[in-house]
Amino acid sequence: MNDTLIWLVALPLVGSIATLLLPRQATGLVNVTAVATTAIAGTLLYTVAGQGALSYEIGGWMAGLGIALRADGLSSLLLVMTALVVLASSFYAGAYFSKTAERARFWPLWLMLWTALNALLLSGDLFNLYVTLELLGLSAVALASLGGKLAAVQAALRYLLVGLLGSMMFLAGVSLIYAGYGTLDLATLAQAVEPGPVAWTALALMTAGLLLKTALFPLHFWLPPAHASAPAPVSAVLSALVVKAAFYLILRLWLDVFANMVTPAAARLLGVMGAAAILWGSWRALRTERLKLLAAYSTVAQLGYLFLSFPVLLALPPGPARDAALGGLVILALTHGFAKAGLFLAIGIIQQRAGHDRIRELDGTAQRLPATTFAIALGGVALIGLPPSGAFLGKWQLISGAFATGQWLWVLVIIAGSLLAAAYMFRVLGHAFGNRAYPQRAVTVAREEWPALVLTGTAVIGLGLAGAPVWQLLGSNA
Amino acid sequence: MMTAHWLYGLTGCLVVALGLRTALLHATLLHRLIGINVMGAGVFLVLIAVAYRGPGVAPDPVPQALVLTGIVVAVSATALALALGRRLTAEQDNE
Amino acid sequence: MNLDNWLPLLIVASSLVPGVVIFFLKEGSHGTRTFLNLAGAAVKLLLVGVMIWGVFHQHNYETRWTLAPGLDLVLRADTLSVLFVTLSTVLWLVTTVYAIGYLEKSPHRSRFFGFFSLCVSATIGLALAGNLFTFVIFYELLTLATYPLVAHRGTPEALRGARIYLAYTLGGGALLLIGTVWLHVIAGPTAFIEGGVLSQLPAEYHGQLKAIFLLLLIGLGVKAALVPLHGWLPQAMVAPAPVSALLHAVAVVKAGAFGIVRVVYDVYGVNFTDQLGLLAVLGVAAAITIVYGSLKALFQDNLKKRLAYSTVSQVSYIALGTAILGPIGTIGGIVHLVHQGIMKITLFFAAGNYAETLGIHKVSEMNGVGQRMPATTLAFSIAALGMIGIPPIAGFISKWYLGLGAIEADMAGWVIPVLIISSLLNAAYFLPVLYRAWFCQPAPAWPAEHIPAARYETAGALLWPPVVTAGLALAAGLFAAAPYSPLEWADLIAQREYGL
Repeated sequence: MNDTLIWLVALPLVGSIATLLLPRQATGLVNVTAVATTAIAGTLLYTVAGQGALSYEIGGWMAGLGIALRADGLSSLLLVMTALVVLASSFYAGAYFSKTAERARFWPLWLMLWTALNALLLSGDLFNLYVTLELLGLSAVALASLGGKLAAVQAALRYLLVGLLGSMMFLAGVSLIYAGYGTLDLATLAQAVEPGPVAWTALALMTAGLLLKTALFPLHFWLPPAHASAPAPVSAVLSALVVKAAFYLILRLWLDVFANMVTPAAARLLGVMGAAAILWGSWRALRTERLKLLAAYSTVAQLGYLFLSFPVLLALPPGPARDAALGGLVILALTHGFAKAGLFLAIGIIQQRAGHDRIRELDGTAQRLPATTFAIALGGVALIGLPPSGAFLGKWQLISGAFATGQWLWVLVIIAGSLLAAAYMFRVLGHAFGNRAYPQRAVTVAREEWPALVLTGTAVIGLGLAGAPVWQLLGSNA
Repeated sequence: MMTAHWLYGLTGCLVVALGLRTALLHATLLHRLIGINVMGAGVFLVLIAVAYRGPGVAPDPVPQALVLTGIVVAVSATALALALGRRLTAEQDNE
Repeated sequence: MNLDNWLPLLIVASSLVPGVVIFFLKEGSHGTRTFLNLAGAAVKLLLVGVMIWGVFHQHNYETRWTLAPGLDLVLRADTLSVLFVTLSTVLWLVTTVYAIGYLEKSPHRSRFFGFFSLCVSATIGLALAGNLFTFVIFYELLTLATYPLVAHRGTPEALRGARIYLAYTLGGGALLLIGTVWLHVIAGPTAFIEGGVLSQLPAEYHGQLKAIFLLLLIGLGVKAALVPLHGWLPQAMVAPAPVSALLHAVAVVKAGAFGIVRVVYDVYGVNFTDQLGLLAVLGVAAAITIVYGSLKALFQDNLKKRLAYSTVSQVSYIALGTAILGPIGTIGGIVHLVHQGIMKITLFFAAGNYAETLGIHKVSEMNGVGQRMPATTLAFSIAALGMIGIPPIAGFISKWYLGLGAIEADMAGWVIPVLIISSLLNAAYFLPVLYRAWFCQPAPAWPAEHIPAARYETAGALLWPPVVTAGLALAAGLFAAAPYSPLEWADLIAQREYGL
């Protein structure tokens, strides 16, 4: 059973190399790899739900010298989300890239990105995290630059430099940790870390580097151009998964490894930045003229919710209240992942049909593609946080925690964010209603529309109605 | 007491700071890239200093492994950045 | 399969499933669509019948599903939910028939009926909600399902009306959410229990409870069109007539009023609400709305707008009944939930008939329409007289109980004048319309005669619904003392609430 961990990393890696060597069978190879990896991720989730955390030592070398892979409830949930999003987006990408040359460049990088994501989510020590972070960053940049045009290359380059800066700071923090504690293993560190200048500086450096990668306001400037200029499946994965990976790391560091030295003041700082991200991101999304920019700014805003949870979470004493709030945070992250991916895929369909993604001129296209528009609507429901989406449950828990700890200012920010999100989403959806009758079939481009519908449907209905296991899985943590 | 490895460590921190300054303050791609590489060199210097375990004892292999990995990563990243830079110039000439 | 656990869910599903299927139907498949709509309505009616029988025989129907720790989705059938569910189901059936006739030759019918079914599902879910959390979920779902209906025509006015509607209802929903979460944090999961549970809380929470009540009231008041939160209602008149009928008689406005009833009776408890001084606040808001709505209705020439303001005024009778302490006032408010629904839907059906058949949109165009469309105008007249409060039509019963309840509760001083003034205003804006329709000579030509005079004055699907609902309004008044009448149910509800 523990072998599933290494397969999750090995399969996409082998697939990536295979698609490089066999470009003509690439699409088939990708589909096979994607389905197999998703199945393994599902098995892992099921096993962790039953047995608790799993670990695997590569090559049999013990932690300290060797590389340990570890999977608990949180990483299993994120692994499954990654697998499902990549599976759906791969299916979509097969139709989106109509030229074989485009696909030949795309598939190896795509699977490499997946390898990096899985490896990051499974890593059990700090240096492996650094390596996978870099691998993730490089694949993401290469994929983002596939857009081809000047804007895409500029945005990709900026993304690369910012990413490198972040990684360097992270590495600096890692080296300080090793200097101070002589180990890089996360589990060992969690026991050994004590408040002190070394630990503080290391945490600050690592967090700063990761905040750059997760695009928290005011370090978000690189995200909108990069995500908006990339091809649709790449934007989907960038917004849904790549920034989440960095966030996952911050969560691990703050809640697991450095748990006993995180102060309310530091949490409040993250919360304030998160609040600013929500308001600024939503405001920019409301004002933008392009659909993809709207979705990218929405990502900036939604990540703000995740950081807003920190002061609430850390003010609650450990116990059922804090578990409920943590579950709320995770389900928010999961819902956003599915919803944003589906949204970008749907926007991609519109952009291909209309030749542009200007919101003002959406009318005809949106009305001709009812399934796509419905996917956008579902995604919007999840982003606003309306029931029955998982985000509604997450926001409920967040507001509940804020009231319980007397931090009701965050409640106002959350509500303001939701209303702004409603404003910018319904601004788009208003274009779906026209008074001309178009000959209508519900689903026009099956291979592209179904993935978008399934992803957003999962966010809205799947996670909303069947989300209770998330809390149970997280409980099998520490 | 100022032994060699402390000197290495402090120099490393200084180099990191200098690299960061260049990366943040200059707008040209090459400047920034070199700045980041210099930052990397500084971090590696710190790691080497950390590897010192005392006179006559072999240095700690773990940080050395980290440095080697870090160099590989830095090289790949720099290569990608330079390739993108060339693409950028080509696209700008096309405009 | 334990029916007790599944029945509430099945009742919601009976319109949800056809709705989802209808979305995927091709525009041209009229037959399939009609079949699905009517089959769903019939199934729902059957299931509701089973539920009524069961609740009367003390069965406990409850569907419970855990969404998150401490947050259960609960669908439960108690006396109040049965009342609202029955009203919604019967009126949905009638409105579906009407909509099929009204939207003949309109585009986007699959989309319309899909969202129509979703709207009804949301209303039923809201009616069956067993705790405030579930109520909030379906309340927001109702907003989402009704937006596409208001925006259906796609014209700039429709989109504008829909945007305003959304702004109001989402804002209200946000306040409702804040209030509910706050209440959860203080008092735990707030199940709807007759008599309310909050009176158990220690006195230091009373300040917070008052604030929460105000938040809930504003949140619910947006949909219930309490002044000054009513601004969306006249704007939403751009929707097609079946939508206006549904929104104003059954779904949205009633949902708000129903929510207020639930909060006062089953969350706070009516005695506790009075103790906190909040019943008076509700009463004042209701009274202001009643008078303001009637006043504005006087000055509207557009028929639908006049009916819209009349709705604003009439729905607040429910709030007024809730604000009157004592079982008789309660009965008056709750029974008006049913009576106003039946009467108002008749009025909107008639207004839709006038627009669809003869192109009449304004009161000033209605001269002599009674000669051309006697059945419709008769239905309109019955409903209008009921609204004014003329016996033996149902509206009289509600007003009688409200007045009697006010006297019992020592609130006659201001309630009776409000009732009298509003009845006079109702007469002032309805009687001239009736006079024009029956006793004036028609203009040489109708504004736009879409459906020429034939054996029946208009299409069958447009004609029968208002006639049926007018008959129901008359029956509800005449047979008010019969078992299973709305009045008897309201009496039962009041007994359970006050522990009689």
